[in-house]
Amino acid sequence: MSILVDRDTRVIVQGITGSAGSFHAQQMIEYGTRIVGGVTPGRGGQRFEAAGPDGDSSGRVSVPVFDTVADAVRATEANATCIFVPPPGAPDAILEAFDAGLRLVVCITEGTPVMDMIKVRRVLDSLGGATGGPRVYLIGPNCPGVITPGACKIGIMPGPIHRPGNVGVVSRSGTLTYEAVGQLSSLGVGQSTCIGIGGDPVGGMDFVDVLALFQSDPSTRGVVLIGEIGGSAEERAARFIRDEMDKPVVAFIAGATAPPGKRMGHAGAIISGGKGTATEKMAALEDAGVHLAPTPGELASTMVKYLKT
Amino acid sequence: MKIHEYQAKEILGRHQVPVPRGVVATSVDEAETAAAHILRETSGPSIVVKAQIHAGGRGKGGGVRVTRRGLTEVADIARQMLGMQLVTHQTGPGGQMVRRLYIEEGLDIAREYYLGLVVDRDRRRVAVMASTEGGVDIESVAASAPERIRTIHVDPAVGLARYQSRALGFALGLGASETMGQFVRLLDGLYDAMVREDCSLCEINPLALTKSGKLIALDAKINLDDSAEFRHPEWRSLEDPNEVDSVEAEAKLAGLSYVALDGNVGCLVNGAGLAMATMDIIKHYGAAHGVSPANFLDVGGGAHPEQVSKAFSMILRSPQVRAIFVNIFGGIMKCDVIAAGIVAAARETGLRVPLVVRLEGTRVELGRKLLAESGLAIRAASSMADGAQLVVDAVLEGVAGSNYIPVKSS
Repeated sequence: MSILVDRDTRVIVQGITGSAGSFHAQQMIEYGTRIVGGVTPGRGGQRFEAAGPDGDSSGRVSVPVFDTVADAVRATEANATCIFVPPPGAPDAILEAFDAGLRLVVCITEGTPVMDMIKVRRVLDSLGGATGGPRVYLIGPNCPGVITPGACKIGIMPGPIHRPGNVGVVSRSGTLTYEAVGQLSSLGVGQSTCIGIGGDPVGGMDFVDVLALFQSDPSTRGVVLIGEIGGSAEERAARFIRDEMDKPVVAFIAGATAPPGKRMGHAGAIISGGKGTATEKMAALEDAGVHLAPTPGELASTMVKYLKT
Repeated sequence: MKIHEYQAKEILGRHQVPVPRGVVATSVDEAETAAAHILRETSGPSIVVKAQIHAGGRGKGGGVRVTRRGLTEVADIARQMLGMQLVTHQTGPGGQMVRRLYIEEGLDIAREYYLGLVVDRDRRRVAVMASTEGGVDIESVAASAPERIRTIHVDPAVGLARYQSRALGFALGLGASETMGQFVRLLDGLYDAMVREDCSLCEINPLALTKSGKLIALDAKINLDDSAEFRHPEWRSLEDPNEVDSVEAEAKLAGLSYVALDGNVGCLVNGAGLAMATMDIIKHYGAAHGVSPANFLDVGGGAHPEQVSKAFSMILRSPQVRAIFVNIFGGIMKCDVIAAGIVAAARETGLRVPLVVRLEGTRVELGRKLLAESGLAIRAASSMADGAQLVVDAVLEGVAGSNYIPVKSS
């Protein structure tokens, strides 16, 4: 009924004793995510205490903290992780998660060096299944995470704006994803799963990887795709949509008014050498049969127009 | 982060990439002394004086001059260049003031090539590009004669393999074994610099083959990956405050991301994607009426009140701003906390232009109530589109008094 995460996903938090890690672990538990443990090297044996789902203090949750991801997986049978480790250690934390055999690795950390991510990506690619399909999915870094509304939230997005439903959302941005979700929910359109793939130049899942999952997910009936200037992930997405998808896709590309050569917040959002402009990306998507939202204020209303009932 | 040519060459030199002898000068006297020193050491035919600004295309703008006439002429050239506003296709019409020169040995050049290392986002690897079209803009070669650019990708687990370097060398026509050996060693050094110094771009354009058969980096451009700053304390000393927009630098220090634009609506947004989308939607409703964003400003996804407050005062300092649009999707940060931050900042800085606020997220009702009860002339927007239309109208009102036709249909 969703992609990547559901009620049964068992999640650990790497960096659970740090300020961001502990705050968001608490938020995830409140949302109902099955947080089964945490990892902070040197803090093994401690426990992480939090109020229970919906802030229920009578049902307080206490989860074990481990020194290594491998220890955590062995003891808790976790299959997913959410990483809040600061930039110098984040690439290492991702590699440790790969090595421990987790199926889903979500890295929230912003500001990891691109040279480190090139190495991480090399390892990720080498794990691609000889048996077909990847053995491990990496989301991020520099992303809000992934949520299946009402079932499981791994990341930092505000839970209450989401509604369970049938529209998939995939985006390179954080708050612009919330904007799209907020619009959908206010029109009574729920979401199957929402994924922020992150704003860095080199990372894990690409639009195409997510679109492929949405296309084969029976509970997803349409997809909202939010891209931005820089790189050519949107152009690859356009080719995939044209060749492989029959579900309606609505898109918006942020940064049509951005000047070339300037980095617009995200490390990846930069027009260089006249490439990666919003105009090119929108043209490619439109050619592939994608419905473009005329403004970012009309993401949901455009989706509603093309959703088959 | 961008650095100067002379700094890039210093880095390349450390990684065994051959570079011409050169000295930095910030005055005419220093330029003359530097030239004398170089002439003594090299007995070369000429001296090159190069303006050091963070922009390409310096040669065409008069920022690179060669002289064979000795020290007096070096001094003359230095006198002309220092303090000039150098205009190139990358500086904008105002140009950039020249404050530093690089005095370099001149060389007798037989051939020029292009060599560049970049992070290829699509392949997720470092790409090495080589071309026989040296000394010209590589983007224009890519557009007009892509077959003249040869590209290879480096496996990060293995590093640059010699066969890959040789393949590029053969593509450049460096068949002669002695030159090929130099080329392979030079590329080893360049790749080493790219990875160890955390560059996002490492470009030698042109790479020169001298008449005496030596390969040498005639020009060099390096961009550093801002995210790697934590492991390069030495980068502090590479920064040239004169080359950085002072407002952008101030924003960076406060943890904000700011880019100045030439419009009239100040934007304060949380998150890079939403900030770009906000600029887009203002232009969508305002372009026909001469209303457009004055800046890109991302206070961070979390939207902490201190950052909102800092951002506010930065926007209000810009004289071109005729109205402000605050667009915050609060997320986990509570809207009432953000609203309190906005009210405090507006009071502190003194609000001289209309302020449109769109707040969304947790406890939004409480946030809107705080804004309404603040006594400030804040126009509350119910959505992003509503806010964009309100702010365009606010600018038009200011320009035309009451004789304007509102964009927002009521």
